[in-house]
Amino acid sequence: MTAPVSSGTFTPRPGAAPYPRMVTAQARMETKLLLRNGEQLLLAVVIPLIVLIGGLLASRRFDLGIEGHPIDLLVPGVLALAVMSTSFTSLAIATGFERRYGVLKRLGSSPLPRSGLLLGKVGALLVVELLQLVVLGGTGLLLGWQPNLTAAGVVGALLVALLGTAAFASLGLLLAGTLRAEATLAAANLVYLLLLAGGAVVLPASAYGGAGGSLAWLPSGALGEGLRTAFIDGALPVRDLLVLAAWAVAGTLLTARTFRWE
Amino acid sequence: MAYGDTVAVDGLDLTVERGTITAVLGPNGAGKTTTLETCEGYRRPQAGTVRVLGLDPQADRTALLPRIGVMLQSGGAWSGVRAVEMLRHVASLHAHPLDVGLLVDRLGLDECGRTPYRRLSGGQQQRLGLAMAVVGRPELVFVDEPTAGMDPQLRRATWQLLEEMRGDGVTVVLTTHYMDEAERLADTVHVIDHGRLIASGTPFELTRGTGNSTIRLVVTEPFPPGAPASLQATLGPDTDVRPVNAQSLLITGPADASTLAKVSAWCEQHGVLPESLTLGQRTLEDVFLQITGRELAS
Repeated sequence: MTAPVSSGTFTPRPGAAPYPRMVTAQARMETKLLLRNGEQLLLAVVIPLIVLIGGLLASRRFDLGIEGHPIDLLVPGVLALAVMSTSFTSLAIATGFERRYGVLKRLGSSPLPRSGLLLGKVGALLVVELLQLVVLGGTGLLLGWQPNLTAAGVVGALLVALLGTAAFASLGLLLAGTLRAEATLAAANLVYLLLLAGGAVVLPASAYGGAGGSLAWLPSGALGEGLRTAFIDGALPVRDLLVLAAWAVAGTLLTARTFRWE
Repeated sequence: MAYGDTVAVDGLDLTVERGTITAVLGPNGAGKTTTLETCEGYRRPQAGTVRVLGLDPQADRTALLPRIGVMLQSGGAWSGVRAVEMLRHVASLHAHPLDVGLLVDRLGLDECGRTPYRRLSGGQQQRLGLAMAVVGRPELVFVDEPTAGMDPQLRRATWQLLEEMRGDGVTVVLTTHYMDEAERLADTVHVIDHGRLIASGTPFELTRGTGNSTIRLVVTEPFPPGAPASLQATLGPDTDVRPVNAQSLLITGPADASTLAKVSAWCEQHGVLPESLTLGQRTLEDVFLQITGRELAS
């Protein structure tokens, strides 16, 4: 053993950063990582854009049975898809790999409490969703989208987006907290594709014929229908908000009971 | 307790003094990581109590976590995060973090500052893990195998860092299966095996405290059956004879001319030809072998 060296460099001065600063730091870090990941960007922006433009082209060529301007119907649906892709698929995949690589474990021994970690994730989701709104909504406006902007509609759209995020995020975390990372990746993508095709997200529930009524009880259906009601009718989609709130509560309770940090 | 933190492991009490370096030494699978993770609050002890800085790692988690630093054995960072970016992030979760630049410099992380975590070498990941453990200026750090996979130069730099932290009053608890690491760094060594504490003391107490030395006997052909017992009977109860492998024995006891003469005579009697007969101070390696009958190094 050598003689003790004292430089004062490491003299203990422990302490957690103020809670808001920790949450902001976590949200910023998670946002950066989400935006840096090519696959996540594909999911967040590229696929919704393809759906929007593809849907528009298809509506010109085929009769999709849509009343009014197809763009007014498509943009809210694509925004709903964007919320779902970020708060469900991206979050599930990212969290699954955080578990796998010991990130959750490491942060679990940092001063950041679990509530702060969760808030940081929510913050990152909201930032990404805002960026998606700018890109997808902006593209929609350029293509002639004319949303029916009433106070009730705007408040309704905001609430639908927030409750939809809560519902899908809790379901995404349910996958990530119970399955292995690869299984989470596969399941999150599969569920996304199934809901994109048959979940009444982009196309209204009425387009699915007899099954449409039950599709509106899915979180995907409620999210899509809610945004359509808000932007097309300018009304508060009360029923859809209640459906999303129920999914959010159920998902959160299940996740809290089953989530494994390691 | 005013000084020190009491830690219970598998029914056995370990106490760590503040401002010291404690090594938990044992072979792979001995329970070193489990011991640490119980102190860090990751695992709930099935029986007994754990107190770290006087706090319960589970119940007082929020109060305890800012005061300790944790280095995991592996992982702990996003695969796409850059090395220094990760360190800055962990620093930002603390109220008075160390200067990130200084740590980067001390641990040689400047060579890989912008490299994504998944492309760092094992040694670089280790150093980043250590940096993340100490950046919050903790009172107590738990480091799990801090120098595994490091080259000798970096090992020395890591040891210097840990010694400097002790000099500044930080308590360090480390696990290792390297003897030289424990002997060089630790004020106290706890040797554990199969989750049980088998010896405790300063490296001096454990190796030389008894005044015993070692004789290592290596022979050209495998020993005849019953050789250790037969040599033990020849040498008497003051010595301890342990087989190391088929062609090697470790004798612990007074390494004087009389013992050497008896060993030589025994070899002649049994028709074995010594290849080497090495005298030495007992090392922690010998202590481990003597207590468990197994070699420590994996």
